[in-house]
Amino acid sequence: MSNEIEPLKDPGLPAHTPRRADIDPLAAKKAERQVAILFLLSAAGTILLIASYLFIPQDVFIFFPVLGSTNAHQLFLGLGLAASLFFIGMGAIHWAKTLMPDEEVVIQRHEFRSPDEDRAEFVKSAKEGAAAAGLGRRSLIKRTLGLSLGLVGLSPLILLGDLGPLPDEKQKMTSWKKGTRLVTDPGDRPIRPEDLEVGAVAQTLPAVAPGTHRKLSDIAKDAVLLIRLRPEEFNLDAERLSWTHEGIIAFSKICSHMGCAVALYEQQTKHLLCPCHQSTFDVTRAAKVIFGPAARPLPQLAITVDSEGYLVAQNPFNEPVGPSFWGRSA
Amino acid sequence: MTARERIAGSVANYVDERTGAAKWMKKNLTKVFPDHWSFLLGEIVLYSFIILLLSGTYLTFWFDPSQREVIYDGSYEPLQGIEMSAAYASTLDISFEVRGGLLMRQIHHWSALIFVAGMVVHLMRVYFTGAFRKPREFNWIIGVGLLTLGIVEGFLGYSLPDDLLSGTGIRIAEAIIQALPVVGSYLAFFAFGGAFPGEAFIPRIYTVHVLLLPGAFLALITVHLMLVWYQKHTQYPGPGRTEKNVVGYPLLPVYMAKAGGFFFIVFGVTAFLGAVASINPVWLFGPYTPAQVTAGSQPDWYMGWLDGLVRMAPPLESYIFGYTISWNILIPALIVPGILFTGLALYPFIESWITGDKREHHLLDRPRNAPNRTALGVMSITFMLVALINGGNDIIATTFDLTINQIMWFSRIGIFVLPPLAFVITKRLCLSLQRADRELVLHGRETGRLVMMPHGEFVEVHEPISPEKAWLLTQHEQVPPLALEEHDASGVRRPKALTNKLRARMSRAHAVAIPKATAEDLKQIENH
Repeated sequence: MSNEIEPLKDPGLPAHTPRRADIDPLAAKKAERQVAILFLLSAAGTILLIASYLFIPQDVFIFFPVLGSTNAHQLFLGLGLAASLFFIGMGAIHWAKTLMPDEEVVIQRHEFRSPDEDRAEFVKSAKEGAAAAGLGRRSLIKRTLGLSLGLVGLSPLILLGDLGPLPDEKQKMTSWKKGTRLVTDPGDRPIRPEDLEVGAVAQTLPAVAPGTHRKLSDIAKDAVLLIRLRPEEFNLDAERLSWTHEGIIAFSKICSHMGCAVALYEQQTKHLLCPCHQSTFDVTRAAKVIFGPAARPLPQLAITVDSEGYLVAQNPFNEPVGPSFWGRSA
Repeated sequence: MTARERIAGSVANYVDERTGAAKWMKKNLTKVFPDHWSFLLGEIVLYSFIILLLSGTYLTFWFDPSQREVIYDGSYEPLQGIEMSAAYASTLDISFEVRGGLLMRQIHHWSALIFVAGMVVHLMRVYFTGAFRKPREFNWIIGVGLLTLGIVEGFLGYSLPDDLLSGTGIRIAEAIIQALPVVGSYLAFFAFGGAFPGEAFIPRIYTVHVLLLPGAFLALITVHLMLVWYQKHTQYPGPGRTEKNVVGYPLLPVYMAKAGGFFFIVFGVTAFLGAVASINPVWLFGPYTPAQVTAGSQPDWYMGWLDGLVRMAPPLESYIFGYTISWNILIPALIVPGILFTGLALYPFIESWITGDKREHHLLDRPRNAPNRTALGVMSITFMLVALINGGNDIIATTFDLTINQIMWFSRIGIFVLPPLAFVITKRLCLSLQRADRELVLHGRETGRLVMMPHGEFVEVHEPISPEKAWLLTQHEQVPPLALEEHDASGVRRPKALTNKLRARMSRAHAVAIPKATAEDLKQIENH
């Protein structure tokens, strides 16, 4: 369609130039020997593999430059396996390249499109088949079949119903209740305000009865970070200030973006940083988002001390912790 | 007839009388495959898949896909006495107790990286050479499907050990599911059997990872290869190569030996990597707990671009009638990837709509001869690279002494500015290369030999290039843009004026080219 102008001429396939092994029996013999050597190297690799498996103990470490201290058992096992496989491949390819024919062959392509008569025949048989079944005429059958197939398609959905419970209000709640003690994680020790110096951070969980096993799905919502600043460093409204105690402020440790643990605290700037997506929260301003993709501050837990002087929650969290979800009201 | 021939003959006879295989074998043993290094990329992917099946089966013999809590008492001292899931504990056992177990784990992980990387590079080869054009659109779509599933399969695979790093990845995946409007919480509760993390997820993704997805891969790869076989491979242009023939080597013996040998080479190299290059040392990360995270958390590279997009997203959430829509998750993690992969899958149809070309193509394009397509490809790669860079922003920041804010703002701006820039530069480069081709055909190769003419002028001697080379540089078609005037021949206005205008415009952009050298041009120069 384009070439009204005269193109250059296709010179055709270049003539085949024989390789040395094609004309020189000595060269061919040499190539054969090379292939054999490669296959023998592979055999040596397998022997190394077997020897390493049997004779190198699993707890021997040796030092290699670049690799560092390496487990000798795994290393030589691997090197043996690698050599045994690699040299089979090298041998086969060297064989193909030096000794097997290297003259290019030309074959013709066929058209994919079926000949017109085949197509016509196909259409005819398809129509005849459909007519014989009478699907077009018997609309009652067609409709009921459609209905039953559609309904059968629903049954896997029904049967998968027990994959999980439906989300309920618990999704929005944590284990923190009024008066729940904050205990260290790990260690489960209750904390007094004087345990925390100014600038210190503590990772805490709600206290549980001794011997109770914490579920990871509870930890995934309950983890709380305590940070102690000088009270005058806060820039909070009166209510939020009343949620702190002697400069100690408590935030959910679960990122409001995608739920990672907000684990990095920069003491100088008083910023909390989530290592997953770098959302940065300002501790002095109730964990306001100052950088990154998070859209909401970390929920703040109101804390105070109980009669024995240990830190406790004043109230449960007043909003769901963790990443957003559809049913989470703003 | 020797005894060996007699035995072989009777076995062949036995099989053929029951299957009629001889007819098929006769035709296919001499099938010809064209040779080029870039055709090995798909082979690497296929072989990695086989390596994954073999090493993966090995790992299943010891791996315990359970989130049941156990106390570790294995030989790795730093973790002794620590509570962890059975999945993590059994991964430690594979690494420290099973002889060759760590090697197999590392081979499995390395071949997974090679598997996905191979698919991406194979896809680029197919894209930039136009191999996806008719009649190979089906295989393109299957390929995009395989890539998508490959990314999911890889993610599920490295999530199985239930270590602190992979658990953080699952946490993020859960947040993405949860962010879906209306159904998000339901889907998350169904996937995890309740609240995150629960105890159901690892066993479930294990079934998906070792049964469901490998089954899908087997089926799709089979169809992919059958189509390659039946449609015959594309070939690069060159003397004697046409749209109607295939020039190459026969399956038996050359391709059998080369392809079979290449499998062993790929396996050998993967085993070498598994032996010397430590990957995913899960014992350093510790067991997963939602209250902890490691600094510098990084997904595997094929998820990095997605993480990078999430990191650069603006902090947007909408609150409507008491419901929350997290644009900061939906846009980077679902909408943008959705658009990218849909566009990728549909590209063959988009291009054929733009060019109006409905013919079969078996000769590959040289990328410079399809400047628009090449530029679009480089533009997409640039987009992915900016996203990937931002996915490693914390690592880059600490390595190059930058702040995360600098990299984040570079990415936020760069993701919009750099891809179009890459498009323009690539398109111009392609046209320059076309111009250079034309020069080369018309004026020959610069020899570097300077000659003084009788009147004192110095000229460089140009040597004409070989007819083979000249053919290679001029064999391509230069198709004019679609003529889609607003009014047809009889002066009637065409329907869909706007669509036609857009199509004509894109067609013009697609057809931009430096006129190739013709026989006439050459004659003129010779007469000159």
